[in-house]
Amino acid sequence: MISKFVNSVAQALEGVQDGSTILLGGFGAVGQSVHLIEGLIEQGAKDLTIVANNAGYGRVGLARLLEAGRVRRLICSFPRIAGSTIFENLYKAGKIELELVPQGTLAERMRAAGAGIPAFYTPTGVNTLLSKNKEIREYHGRKYVLEEALQGDVALIEAWQADRWGNLTYKQSGRNFNPVCAMAAKLTIAQTQHTAELGELDPEAIVTPGVFVDRVLHLPYGSPQL
Amino acid sequence: MTTLTEKALNESVRPWTRHEMAARLAQDISDGWFVNLGIGIPTLVANYVGDDKEVIFHSENGVIGIGPAPGEDDIEPWLINAGKQYITLKQGGSYVHHADSFAMIRGGHLDLCVLGAYDVSKTGDIANWALSETDTAPAVGGAMDLAVGAKRLWVLMEHTTKDGKPRLMNQCAYPLTASGTVSRVYTNLAVLDITEAGFRVMDMAPGVSREYLQERTEAELSF
Repeated sequence: MISKFVNSVAQALEGVQDGSTILLGGFGAVGQSVHLIEGLIEQGAKDLTIVANNAGYGRVGLARLLEAGRVRRLICSFPRIAGSTIFENLYKAGKIELELVPQGTLAERMRAAGAGIPAFYTPTGVNTLLSKNKEIREYHGRKYVLEEALQGDVALIEAWQADRWGNLTYKQSGRNFNPVCAMAAKLTIAQTQHTAELGELDPEAIVTPGVFVDRVLHLPYGSPQL
Repeated sequence: MTTLTEKALNESVRPWTRHEMAARLAQDISDGWFVNLGIGIPTLVANYVGDDKEVIFHSENGVIGIGPAPGEDDIEPWLINAGKQYITLKQGGSYVHHADSFAMIRGGHLDLCVLGAYDVSKTGDIANWALSETDTAPAVGGAMDLAVGAKRLWVLMEHTTKDGKPRLMNQCAYPLTASGTVSRVYTNLAVLDITEAGFRVMDMAPGVSREYLQERTEAELSF
Protein backbone atom coordinates (compact mmCIF):
# COMPACT_ATOMS: atom_id res chain seq x y z
CA MET A 1 0.00 0.00 0.00
CA ILE A 2 1.23 3.46 -0.83
CA SER A 3 1.16 6.03 1.92
CA LYS A 4 3.22 9.14 1.53
CA PHE A 5 1.98 10.72 4.74
CA VAL A 6 4.57 11.45 7.41
CA ASN A 7 3.78 12.52 10.96
CA SER A 8 6.17 15.32 11.79
CA VAL A 9 8.33 18.03 10.31
CA ALA A 10 11.39 16.06 11.44
CA GLN A 11 10.18 12.95 9.57
CA ALA A 12 9.35 15.05 6.52
CA LEU A 13 12.87 16.50 6.37
CA GLU A 14 14.78 13.32 7.24
CA GLY A 15 17.91 12.88 5.16
CA VAL A 16 18.23 16.42 3.78
CA GLN A 17 21.98 16.80 3.31
CA ASP A 18 24.39 19.68 3.78
CA GLY A 19 25.06 21.38 0.45
CA SER A 20 21.65 20.46 -1.01
CA THR A 21 19.85 22.50 -3.64
CA ILE A 22 16.37 23.14 -2.29
CA LEU A 23 13.50 24.41 -4.45
CA LEU A 24 10.85 26.45 -2.66
CA GLY A 25 7.35 26.99 -3.99
CA GLY A 26 5.52 30.19 -3.14
CA PHE A 27 5.14 33.72 -4.39
CA GLY A 28 5.73 36.01 -1.43
CA ALA A 29 3.79 34.50 1.45
CA VAL A 30 1.21 32.77 -0.73
CA GLY A 31 1.90 29.09 -1.31
CA GLN A 32 5.14 28.95 0.65
CA SER A 33 5.60 26.15 3.14
CA VAL A 34 6.79 28.09 6.19
CA HIS A 35 6.86 25.12 8.58
CA LEU A 36 9.01 22.93 6.35
CA ILE A 37 11.44 25.78 5.66
CA GLU A 38 11.75 26.64 9.34
CA GLY A 39 12.07 22.92 10.05
CA LEU A 40 15.40 23.02 8.21
CA ILE A 41 16.77 25.20 10.98
CA GLU A 42 16.24 22.47 13.55
CA GLN A 43 17.07 19.70 11.07
CA GLY A 44 20.48 21.31 10.73
CA ALA A 45 21.31 21.17 7.00
CA LYS A 46 23.76 23.91 6.07
CA ASP A 47 25.64 25.29 3.07
CA LEU A 48 22.36 25.21 1.16
CA THR A 49 21.51 26.54 -2.29
CA ILE A 50 17.96 27.88 -2.15
CA VAL A 51 15.88 28.42 -5.28
CA ALA A 52 12.90 30.71 -4.72
CA ASN A 53 11.15 33.63 -6.36
CA ASN A 54 11.63 35.97 -3.39
CA ALA A 55 14.10 36.08 -0.51
CA GLY A 56 11.28 35.27 1.91
CA TYR A 57 8.92 37.65 3.64
CA GLY A 58 8.67 39.20 7.09
CA ARG A 59 10.86 37.44 9.64
CA VAL A 60 9.62 33.89 9.12
CA GLY A 61 10.44 30.92 6.88
CA LEU A 62 13.21 31.66 4.38
CA ALA A 63 14.01 34.97 6.08
CA ARG A 64 14.79 33.01 9.28
CA LEU A 65 16.79 30.38 7.44
CA LEU A 66 18.87 33.13 5.81
CA GLU A 67 19.36 34.86 9.15
CA ALA A 68 20.51 31.55 10.66
CA GLY A 69 23.34 31.50 8.11
CA ARG A 70 22.34 28.20 6.48
CA VAL A 71 22.19 29.47 2.92
CA ARG A 72 25.33 29.77 0.82
CA ARG A 73 23.67 30.69 -2.44
CA LEU A 74 20.30 32.05 -3.51
CA ILE A 75 18.89 31.55 -7.01
CA CYS A 76 16.08 34.04 -7.25
CA SER A 77 14.17 36.45 -9.48
CA PHE A 78 13.18 39.09 -6.95
CA PRO A 79 15.45 38.84 -3.89
CA ARG A 80 13.62 41.24 -1.65
CA ILE A 81 11.94 40.58 1.66
CA ALA A 82 8.85 42.65 2.34
CA GLY A 83 9.36 44.21 5.76
CA SER A 84 12.98 43.22 6.40
CA THR A 85 16.54 43.80 5.18
CA ILE A 86 17.91 40.37 6.15
CA PHE A 87 18.85 39.37 2.60
CA GLU A 88 20.13 42.81 1.64
CA ASN A 89 22.46 42.92 4.65
CA LEU A 90 23.86 39.44 3.98
CA TYR A 91 24.37 40.26 0.31
CA LYS A 92 26.08 43.60 0.95
CA ALA A 93 28.33 41.93 3.52
CA GLY A 94 29.34 39.30 0.93
CA LYS A 95 27.93 36.48 3.07
CA ILE A 96 25.66 35.06 0.39
CA GLU A 97 25.95 34.46 -3.34
CA LEU A 98 23.13 35.55 -5.60
CA GLU A 99 22.22 34.20 -9.02
CA LEU A 100 19.58 36.53 -10.41
CA VAL A 101 17.23 34.82 -12.89
CA PRO A 102 14.25 36.29 -14.78
CA GLN A 103 11.05 34.90 -13.27
CA GLY A 104 9.89 33.04 -16.36
CA THR A 105 13.35 31.58 -16.91
CA LEU A 106 13.39 30.42 -13.29
CA ALA A 107 10.06 28.60 -13.71
CA GLU A 108 11.04 27.15 -17.10
CA ARG A 109 14.46 25.95 -15.87
CA MET A 110 12.69 23.91 -13.20
CA ARG A 111 10.02 22.68 -15.61
CA ALA A 112 12.78 21.62 -18.00
CA ALA A 113 14.57 19.71 -15.23
CA GLY A 114 11.33 17.93 -14.42
CA ALA A 115 10.74 17.08 -18.08
CA GLY A 116 14.23 15.74 -18.78
CA ILE A 117 15.29 18.70 -20.90
CA PRO A 118 18.89 19.72 -20.08
CA ALA A 119 18.75 23.23 -21.56
CA PHE A 120 16.63 25.46 -23.77
CA TYR A 121 16.82 28.71 -25.74
CA THR A 122 14.72 31.72 -24.74
CA PRO A 123 14.55 35.34 -25.91
CA THR A 124 14.28 36.54 -22.29
CA GLY A 125 17.44 38.33 -21.19
CA VAL A 126 19.09 38.68 -24.61
CA ASN A 127 21.22 41.88 -24.79
CA THR A 128 21.07 42.29 -20.99
CA LEU A 129 23.48 41.82 -18.09
CA LEU A 130 21.74 38.54 -17.23
CA SER A 131 22.84 36.83 -20.45
CA LYS A 132 26.50 37.79 -20.10
CA ASN A 133 28.82 34.88 -20.93
CA LYS A 134 25.91 32.71 -22.03
CA GLU A 135 25.56 31.13 -25.46
CA ILE A 136 23.44 33.16 -27.87
CA ARG A 137 21.94 31.58 -30.97
CA GLU A 138 19.78 32.98 -33.73
CA TYR A 139 16.61 31.28 -34.96
CA HIS A 140 14.43 32.81 -37.68
CA GLY A 141 16.26 36.14 -37.34
CA ARG A 142 15.78 36.48 -33.60
CA LYS A 143 18.39 36.03 -30.84
CA TYR A 144 17.95 33.53 -28.02
CA VAL A 145 20.02 32.73 -24.93
CA LEU A 146 20.79 29.20 -23.76
CA GLU A 147 19.53 28.51 -20.22
CA GLU A 148 20.18 25.29 -18.34
CA ALA A 149 17.70 23.14 -16.44
CA LEU A 150 17.62 23.67 -12.68
CA GLN A 151 17.25 20.45 -10.76
CA GLY A 152 16.73 20.32 -7.00
CA ASP A 153 17.82 17.71 -4.50
CA VAL A 154 14.73 18.61 -2.50
CA ALA A 155 11.53 20.60 -3.13
CA LEU A 156 9.49 22.03 -0.27
CA ILE A 157 6.00 22.85 -1.45
CA GLU A 158 2.61 23.80 -0.08
CA ALA A 159 -0.65 22.14 -1.13
CA TRP A 160 -4.31 22.71 -0.31
CA GLN A 161 -5.44 19.06 -0.33
CA ALA A 162 -3.48 15.83 -0.50
CA ASP A 163 -4.31 12.11 -0.49
CA ARG A 164 -2.10 9.17 0.45
CA TRP A 165 -0.79 8.77 -3.09
CA GLY A 166 0.53 12.32 -2.91
CA ASN A 167 -2.00 13.73 -5.37
CA LEU A 168 -2.23 17.47 -4.74
CA THR A 169 -4.57 20.38 -5.31
CA TYR A 170 -3.76 24.02 -4.69
CA LYS A 171 -5.69 27.07 -3.53
CA GLN A 172 -6.10 29.93 -6.03
CA SER A 173 -2.81 31.73 -6.68
CA GLY A 174 -1.15 29.50 -4.06
CA ARG A 175 -0.41 27.18 -6.99
CA ASN A 176 2.35 29.43 -8.46
CA PHE A 177 5.78 27.69 -8.42
CA ASN A 178 4.65 24.62 -6.43
CA PRO A 179 3.82 22.25 -9.31
CA VAL A 180 7.06 23.11 -11.15
CA CYS A 181 9.18 22.64 -8.02
CA ALA A 182 7.43 19.32 -7.37
CA MET A 183 8.50 17.90 -10.73
CA ALA A 184 12.07 19.22 -10.61
CA ALA A 185 13.41 17.67 -7.39
CA LYS A 186 14.68 14.21 -6.47
CA LEU A 187 12.81 14.41 -3.14
CA THR A 188 9.57 16.39 -3.08
CA ILE A 189 8.01 17.14 0.29
CA ALA A 190 4.58 18.76 0.54
CA GLN A 191 2.90 20.43 3.47
CA THR A 192 -0.87 20.31 3.10
CA GLN A 193 -3.71 22.24 4.69
CA HIS A 194 -6.26 19.43 4.21
CA THR A 195 -6.22 15.71 3.57
CA ALA A 196 -8.55 13.64 1.43
CA GLU A 197 -9.34 9.94 1.19
CA LEU A 198 -8.05 8.22 -1.91
CA GLY A 199 -10.67 8.75 -4.60
CA GLU A 200 -12.13 11.82 -2.94
CA LEU A 201 -10.18 14.34 -5.01
CA ASP A 202 -11.74 15.04 -8.39
CA PRO A 203 -9.25 13.62 -10.94
CA GLU A 204 -9.95 16.68 -13.11
CA ALA A 205 -8.86 18.94 -10.23
CA ILE A 206 -5.60 17.22 -9.26
CA VAL A 207 -2.82 19.54 -10.44
CA THR A 208 0.20 17.61 -9.19
CA PRO A 209 -0.23 13.83 -9.43
CA GLY A 210 1.49 11.72 -6.81
CA VAL A 211 4.20 10.60 -9.21
CA PHE A 212 5.96 13.91 -8.47
CA VAL A 213 5.52 13.74 -4.68
CA ASP A 214 7.49 11.70 -2.13
CA ARG A 215 6.30 12.82 1.31
CA VAL A 216 3.20 14.63 2.56
CA LEU A 217 2.86 16.32 5.93
CA HIS A 218 -0.61 17.30 7.08
CA LEU A 219 0.03 20.44 9.08
CA PRO A 220 -2.68 23.09 8.69
CA TYR A 221 -0.93 26.41 8.26
CA GLY A 222 -3.79 28.91 8.36
CA SER A 223 -4.02 31.86 5.97
CA PRO A 224 -0.90 33.39 4.46
CA GLN A 225 0.04 36.70 6.08
CA LEU A 226 0.88 39.38 3.51
CA MET B 1 17.00 82.86 -21.01
CA THR B 2 13.33 82.19 -21.17
CA THR B 3 11.46 84.99 -22.86
CA LEU B 4 8.17 86.29 -21.53
CA THR B 5 6.29 84.72 -24.41
CA GLU B 6 7.89 81.32 -23.77
CA LYS B 7 7.07 81.62 -20.08
CA ALA B 8 3.45 82.39 -20.86
CA LEU B 9 3.32 79.44 -23.25
CA ASN B 10 4.90 77.06 -20.69
CA GLU B 11 2.39 78.14 -18.09
CA SER B 12 -0.41 77.05 -20.36
CA VAL B 13 0.95 73.46 -20.37
CA ARG B 14 -1.34 71.04 -18.58
CA PRO B 15 0.52 67.71 -18.23
CA TRP B 16 -1.66 64.64 -17.83
CA THR B 17 -1.93 63.31 -14.29
CA ARG B 18 -1.06 59.66 -13.62
CA HIS B 19 -4.74 58.78 -13.74
CA GLU B 20 -5.19 60.67 -17.01
CA MET B 21 -2.16 58.87 -18.47
CA ALA B 22 -3.67 55.53 -17.48
CA ALA B 23 -7.04 56.57 -18.93
CA ARG B 24 -5.41 57.74 -22.16
CA LEU B 25 -3.71 54.37 -22.58
CA ALA B 26 -6.87 52.45 -21.70
CA GLN B 27 -8.65 54.12 -24.66
CA ASP B 28 -6.28 52.29 -27.01
CA ILE B 29 -6.89 48.79 -25.62
CA SER B 30 -9.16 46.72 -27.86
CA ASP B 31 -12.10 44.58 -26.90
CA GLY B 32 -11.04 40.98 -26.28
CA TRP B 33 -7.35 41.59 -25.54
CA PHE B 34 -5.36 39.63 -22.93
CA VAL B 35 -3.31 42.21 -21.04
CA ASN B 36 -0.61 42.18 -18.38
CA LEU B 37 -0.17 45.38 -16.37
CA GLY B 38 3.16 46.02 -14.63
CA ILE B 39 3.47 47.20 -11.06
CA GLY B 40 3.00 50.94 -10.35
CA ILE B 41 1.19 53.39 -12.67
CA PRO B 42 0.38 50.62 -15.22
CA THR B 43 -1.86 48.94 -12.61
CA LEU B 44 -4.14 52.02 -12.75
CA VAL B 45 -5.03 51.23 -16.38
CA ALA B 46 -7.50 48.51 -15.31
CA ASN B 47 -9.70 51.18 -13.69
CA TYR B 48 -10.18 52.98 -17.00
CA VAL B 49 -11.17 50.22 -19.39
CA GLY B 50 -14.80 50.96 -20.16
CA ASP B 51 -17.66 48.51 -19.69
CA ASP B 52 -18.12 48.48 -23.46
CA LYS B 53 -14.96 46.35 -23.72
CA GLU B 54 -14.19 42.89 -22.37
CA VAL B 55 -10.49 42.87 -21.50
CA ILE B 56 -8.85 39.99 -19.65
CA PHE B 57 -6.07 40.85 -17.24
CA HIS B 58 -3.26 38.36 -16.56
CA SER B 59 -0.94 38.28 -13.58
CA GLU B 60 2.49 36.58 -13.58
CA ASN B 61 1.65 34.46 -10.54
CA GLY B 62 -0.84 32.45 -12.53
CA VAL B 63 -4.11 34.39 -12.51
CA ILE B 64 -6.06 35.01 -15.71
CA GLY B 65 -9.15 37.20 -15.47
CA ILE B 66 -8.43 39.60 -12.61
CA GLY B 67 -11.50 41.48 -11.35
CA PRO B 68 -11.78 44.62 -9.22
CA ALA B 69 -10.03 44.88 -5.84
CA PRO B 70 -12.03 43.12 -3.08
CA GLY B 71 -13.82 44.89 -0.25
CA GLU B 72 -12.29 44.28 3.17
CA ASP B 73 -14.81 41.55 3.96
CA ASP B 74 -14.33 39.76 0.64
CA ILE B 75 -10.57 39.20 0.82
CA GLU B 76 -9.40 35.75 -0.28
CA PRO B 77 -6.02 35.26 1.44
CA TRP B 78 -4.64 33.05 -1.38
CA LEU B 79 -5.69 35.36 -4.19
CA ILE B 80 -3.06 38.00 -4.96
CA ASN B 81 -1.52 39.69 -7.99
CA ALA B 82 2.14 40.07 -8.95
CA GLY B 83 2.32 43.21 -6.79
CA LYS B 84 1.18 40.99 -3.88
CA GLN B 85 -2.08 42.89 -3.46
CA TYR B 86 -5.40 41.13 -2.86
CA ILE B 87 -7.51 40.75 -6.00
CA THR B 88 -10.68 39.04 -7.17
CA LEU B 89 -11.25 36.64 -10.05
CA LYS B 90 -13.81 37.44 -12.74
CA GLN B 91 -16.33 34.90 -13.99
CA GLY B 92 -14.48 32.88 -16.60
CA GLY B 93 -11.16 33.40 -14.82
CA SER B 94 -8.65 30.62 -14.21
CA TYR B 95 -5.47 29.67 -12.35
CA VAL B 96 -2.30 28.17 -13.80
CA HIS B 97 1.15 27.39 -12.41
CA HIS B 98 4.14 29.65 -12.94
CA ALA B 99 5.64 27.85 -15.95
CA ASP B 100 2.30 28.00 -17.79
CA SER B 101 1.79 31.61 -16.77
CA PHE B 102 5.15 32.52 -18.27
CA ALA B 103 4.50 30.33 -21.31
CA MET B 104 1.60 32.72 -21.97
CA ILE B 105 4.00 35.63 -21.67
CA ARG B 106 7.04 34.20 -23.46
CA GLY B 107 5.03 32.33 -26.06
CA GLY B 108 3.46 35.52 -27.42
CA HIS B 109 -0.07 34.80 -26.20
CA LEU B 110 -0.68 38.16 -24.50
CA ASP B 111 -1.90 40.98 -26.76
CA LEU B 112 -0.38 43.71 -24.63
CA CYS B 113 1.96 44.33 -21.75
CA VAL B 114 2.21 47.72 -20.09
CA LEU B 115 5.37 48.47 -18.10
CA GLY B 116 6.92 51.43 -16.33
CA ALA B 117 10.52 52.34 -17.22
CA TYR B 118 13.54 54.43 -16.24
CA ASP B 119 14.16 55.19 -19.89
CA VAL B 120 13.29 54.09 -23.43
CA SER B 121 15.37 54.47 -26.60
CA LYS B 122 14.34 55.53 -30.08
CA THR B 123 14.89 51.94 -31.24
CA GLY B 124 12.52 50.53 -28.65
CA ASP B 125 15.02 49.46 -25.99
CA ILE B 126 13.66 49.54 -22.45
CA ALA B 127 15.47 49.86 -19.12
CA ASN B 128 13.39 49.30 -16.02
CA TRP B 129 15.03 46.82 -13.65
CA ALA B 130 18.39 48.06 -12.39
CA LEU B 131 19.86 51.46 -11.63
CA SER B 132 23.43 50.47 -12.39
CA GLU B 133 25.62 47.53 -13.40
CA THR B 134 26.62 47.17 -9.76
CA ASP B 135 23.19 47.56 -8.17
CA THR B 136 23.53 46.71 -4.48
CA ALA B 137 20.15 44.95 -4.37
CA PRO B 138 19.37 43.76 -7.89
CA ALA B 139 15.93 42.29 -8.55
CA VAL B 140 14.40 41.52 -11.94
CA GLY B 141 11.14 39.64 -11.34
CA GLY B 142 9.20 39.07 -14.57
CA ALA B 143 10.26 42.30 -16.29
CA MET B 144 12.57 40.71 -18.88
CA ASP B 145 10.02 38.02 -19.77
CA LEU B 146 7.21 40.54 -20.17
CA ALA B 147 9.39 42.89 -22.19
CA VAL B 148 10.19 40.29 -24.87
CA GLY B 149 7.09 38.15 -24.88
CA ALA B 150 3.88 40.13 -25.37
CA LYS B 151 2.60 40.96 -28.87
CA ARG B 152 2.82 44.65 -27.97
CA LEU B 153 4.88 46.39 -25.30
CA TRP B 154 3.68 49.84 -24.29
CA VAL B 155 5.52 51.92 -21.70
CA LEU B 156 3.71 54.23 -19.31
CA MET B 157 6.00 56.73 -17.54
CA GLU B 158 6.72 60.39 -16.77
CA HIS B 159 8.31 62.18 -19.73
CA THR B 160 11.32 63.34 -17.67
CA THR B 161 12.92 62.53 -14.31
CA LYS B 162 12.05 64.58 -11.24
CA ASP B 163 15.11 66.73 -12.04
CA GLY B 164 13.81 67.34 -15.56
CA LYS B 165 16.28 64.99 -17.32
CA PRO B 166 14.95 63.34 -20.46
CA ARG B 167 13.91 59.68 -20.49
CA LEU B 168 13.21 59.25 -24.20
CA MET B 169 16.74 58.67 -25.37
CA ASN B 170 18.95 57.91 -28.34
CA GLN B 171 20.33 55.08 -26.18
CA CYS B 172 19.21 53.93 -22.75
CA ALA B 173 21.39 55.14 -19.89
CA TYR B 174 20.37 52.33 -17.50
CA PRO B 175 20.98 48.56 -17.90
CA LEU B 176 18.62 47.13 -20.52
CA THR B 177 15.60 44.98 -19.77
CA ALA B 178 15.09 44.15 -23.45
CA SER B 179 16.11 45.62 -26.77
CA GLY B 180 13.92 46.79 -29.61
CA THR B 181 10.60 45.66 -28.15
CA VAL B 182 8.76 48.84 -27.11
CA SER B 183 6.24 49.98 -29.71
CA ARG B 184 4.57 52.91 -27.94
CA VAL B 185 5.19 55.25 -25.00
CA TYR B 186 2.56 57.12 -22.98
CA THR B 187 3.96 59.98 -20.89
CA ASN B 188 2.45 62.87 -18.96
CA LEU B 189 3.18 65.07 -22.01
CA ALA B 190 2.56 62.92 -25.09
CA VAL B 191 1.80 59.62 -26.76
CA LEU B 192 4.62 58.48 -29.04
CA ASP B 193 4.94 55.56 -31.43
CA ILE B 194 8.34 54.01 -31.99
CA THR B 195 8.87 53.69 -35.73
CA GLU B 196 11.84 52.83 -37.92
CA ALA B 197 12.57 56.57 -37.92
CA GLY B 198 12.42 56.86 -34.11
CA PHE B 199 9.83 58.54 -31.88
CA ARG B 200 6.77 59.79 -33.69
CA VAL B 201 4.37 61.97 -31.69
CA MET B 202 0.75 60.80 -31.95
CA ASP B 203 -0.87 62.98 -29.29
CA MET B 204 0.15 65.73 -26.87
CA ALA B 205 -1.24 66.90 -23.49
CA PRO B 206 -3.13 70.23 -23.51
CA GLY B 207 -0.90 73.25 -24.12
CA VAL B 208 2.21 71.21 -25.04
CA SER B 209 3.95 72.59 -28.15
CA ARG B 210 6.34 70.70 -30.43
CA GLU B 211 9.25 72.83 -29.14
CA TYR B 212 8.30 72.26 -25.49
CA LEU B 213 8.21 68.48 -26.05
CA GLN B 214 11.48 68.37 -28.03
CA GLU B 215 13.29 70.38 -25.32
CA ARG B 216 12.39 67.64 -22.83
CA THR B 217 13.38 64.73 -25.10
CA GLU B 218 16.91 63.62 -25.95
CA ALA B 219 16.00 61.77 -29.16
CA GLU B 220 14.76 63.69 -32.15
CA LEU B 221 10.98 63.68 -32.50
CA SER B 222 8.90 63.57 -35.64
CA PHE B 223 5.34 64.80 -35.81
